[in-house]
Amino acid sequence: MKKFYENVLGGRSGSIGIIILSILLFAILPLALDAFRLNLVGKYLTYAFVAVGLVLLWGNSGVLSLGQGIFFGLGGYCMAMFLKLEASSVENTKIQSTPGIPDFMDWNQLTHLPAMWVPFKHFPFALLAVVLVPALVALIVGAAMFKRRVGGVYFAVITQALALILSLGIDGNQGLTGGRNGITDLRTLLGWDIRTQTAQYVLYFTCCALLIGAILVSRLVLSTRMGRLLLAMKDKEDRVRFSGYDVASFKVFVFCLAAAMSGVGGALFVLQVGFISPSLVGIVPSIEMVIFAAMGGKHSLLGAVYGTLLVNTGKSLFSENFPQLWLFAMGGLFIAVVMLFPDGLAGIYESVRTRFFSKGTKEKATDKVPAVNAAASVALAETGGKS
Amino acid sequence: MQFPNAILAEYTFSEIKSIFVMQGFAGLSLFSVLLLMALGLAIIFGQMGVVNLAHGEFMALGAYMVYLCSQITADHFPAFQPYYFILAIGVAFVVAALLGAFVEWSMIRFLYKRPLDTLLATWGLSLIMQQAFRSIFGAREVTPTLPEWLMGSFKPTETIDIPINGVFVMGLSLLLTLGIYIFMFRSRTGLHMRATVQNRTMSGAVGINTGLVDRFTFAMGCGIAGVAGAAFTTIGSTGPDSGSRYIVDTFLVVVFGGAGSMLGTIVSSFGIAQAQSVSEFFLEGTMGKVATLMAIVVILMFRPQGLFPSKVRS
Repeated sequence: MKKFYENVLGGRSGSIGIIILSILLFAILPLALDAFRLNLVGKYLTYAFVAVGLVLLWGNSGVLSLGQGIFFGLGGYCMAMFLKLEASSVENTKIQSTPGIPDFMDWNQLTHLPAMWVPFKHFPFALLAVVLVPALVALIVGAAMFKRRVGGVYFAVITQALALILSLGIDGNQGLTGGRNGITDLRTLLGWDIRTQTAQYVLYFTCCALLIGAILVSRLVLSTRMGRLLLAMKDKEDRVRFSGYDVASFKVFVFCLAAAMSGVGGALFVLQVGFISPSLVGIVPSIEMVIFAAMGGKHSLLGAVYGTLLVNTGKSLFSENFPQLWLFAMGGLFIAVVMLFPDGLAGIYESVRTRFFSKGTKEKATDKVPAVNAAASVALAETGGKS
Repeated sequence: MQFPNAILAEYTFSEIKSIFVMQGFAGLSLFSVLLLMALGLAIIFGQMGVVNLAHGEFMALGAYMVYLCSQITADHFPAFQPYYFILAIGVAFVVAALLGAFVEWSMIRFLYKRPLDTLLATWGLSLIMQQAFRSIFGAREVTPTLPEWLMGSFKPTETIDIPINGVFVMGLSLLLTLGIYIFMFRSRTGLHMRATVQNRTMSGAVGINTGLVDRFTFAMGCGIAGVAGAAFTTIGSTGPDSGSRYIVDTFLVVVFGGAGSMLGTIVSSFGIAQAQSVSEFFLEGTMGKVATLMAIVVILMFRPQGLFPSKVRS
């Protein structure tokens, strides 16, 4: 129990952080916002799954993927395929020339369900696919690249290319995927109408609970010895490799974990928003998700959630009121985060906290921030290597 | 999907020959387009290792400069119309290079040790530039008035039709490649640039002002992107986001060729262009591009160092 408290909740300050976030998500936001705005927040929180994955991957392992939209999209498409099949029952699609298949297939002169779609008639399969398909793709890509020691900017450029390929591929196969419009008009989940207000509330709370779960899982991973190795790899990869660790396998694991989380986020997006399209897969959404994580502070799991909420709220406020200024603001944000505050919101919070609240316990406070300086993590690597 | 054999069977032999000539030419002009785009990036990314995601916007800047020159010529110096294009290419180079130097001075030079952060910062820059184009030139795509001599096409036989602007772009890209080669390998500044890339500390020790060389190199890469953009105006129109459409292709060309290798960039843009134009003939719509990109990524997974890896240790 004590171990759970120390490792997963992150001791006192970690638990307080989780509790504050939970109160915000479960009590303050649902009470303060109307159903429409809350649904928007729910949508943003699905991006936060990707951002949390990026904190693991980028902030704590030093691997920047510009293709996380791939996994978000794959998870989303797996869920959407199930929902679409349920929505296109024979009686719902009587007017089509081939009843019982999704409408866009009928428009594209398909006369039977493609083999790829058939297993998605089953809910357990779809649920598994939401997690496993992204993880599997990440496994293939990650194994191919990390085993050959491709990293840094090359990895970023290639994952970006993959995001482009997937979005173009979905776009180009209209009969199979719904093309540019994506999969729309999703109605029920196992007979339960997901468009009602009650359903939206239930889905919002499910999303929050799963997000907190994802953060706790990430905390657990980071608190193990593997977490320390990941941190060490980020700063001195060769040193970890020469200590006898298989660096690539650790990276592949984190990449798969981040992908699976993104997939869950994608599935929750589809449930709450009711559609998925290639525009959520491509280059732009993938790199925007990186800025969510960067805004919150790339080392901070909780920061990722706040960063996502803040950037998206800013985005919707700007695009409602000053649409021309939004790209300037977003571009400026990218530059500012990199040049002025590389540790994001979490960094600002930490510096404020150490300055004003914990004069006596300064050392303790820095100890709690993961990976503030390189020296600390090298020391960690050495303890990991010796034990 | 129609099968290519079925398509081919409908034509006579001489028509097939013309198709091959024209398709081959389409591949060649795509090659010169890719090469033009990739040359600037081969310097910035391949030599300096800076991931400039705003590279496409520097191309768009060059294209907009040509548009601006064309407007000014049409309004004030109509007699100058047939010749302005050559001058406009120079303007595109200078403006893009100056902006590049400013960006290097204000942003990039602080980030040389943090390549992943450069990537995010330049993405931010590209968003700002796109919106700036949209605010200044409007959201609609623009086309400069091209001089007469760039219009029309050669007709060596009845069925073969080769557009002059394609030939022009090809000539320009060959000229530029040659120019860069001579500059990089035969001039003193080029020597300084290569030395700084290979060993920064040692170059500094022998008296090269490496900071200045960096700024110059970056500015030159951006200027070349501007020339590429200027060349594009002869083929297609320019919109605020036309730069970002090519950025992934451009990076893949450089990575596939082997970063740091000029020859690699040339060979890979040739290979990618031919593969893409052939696969676009056989597959429908965007799938030709998807197939080509996928093939490149798969090859890169097996051979991450690219076609012509540089022999210098990092």
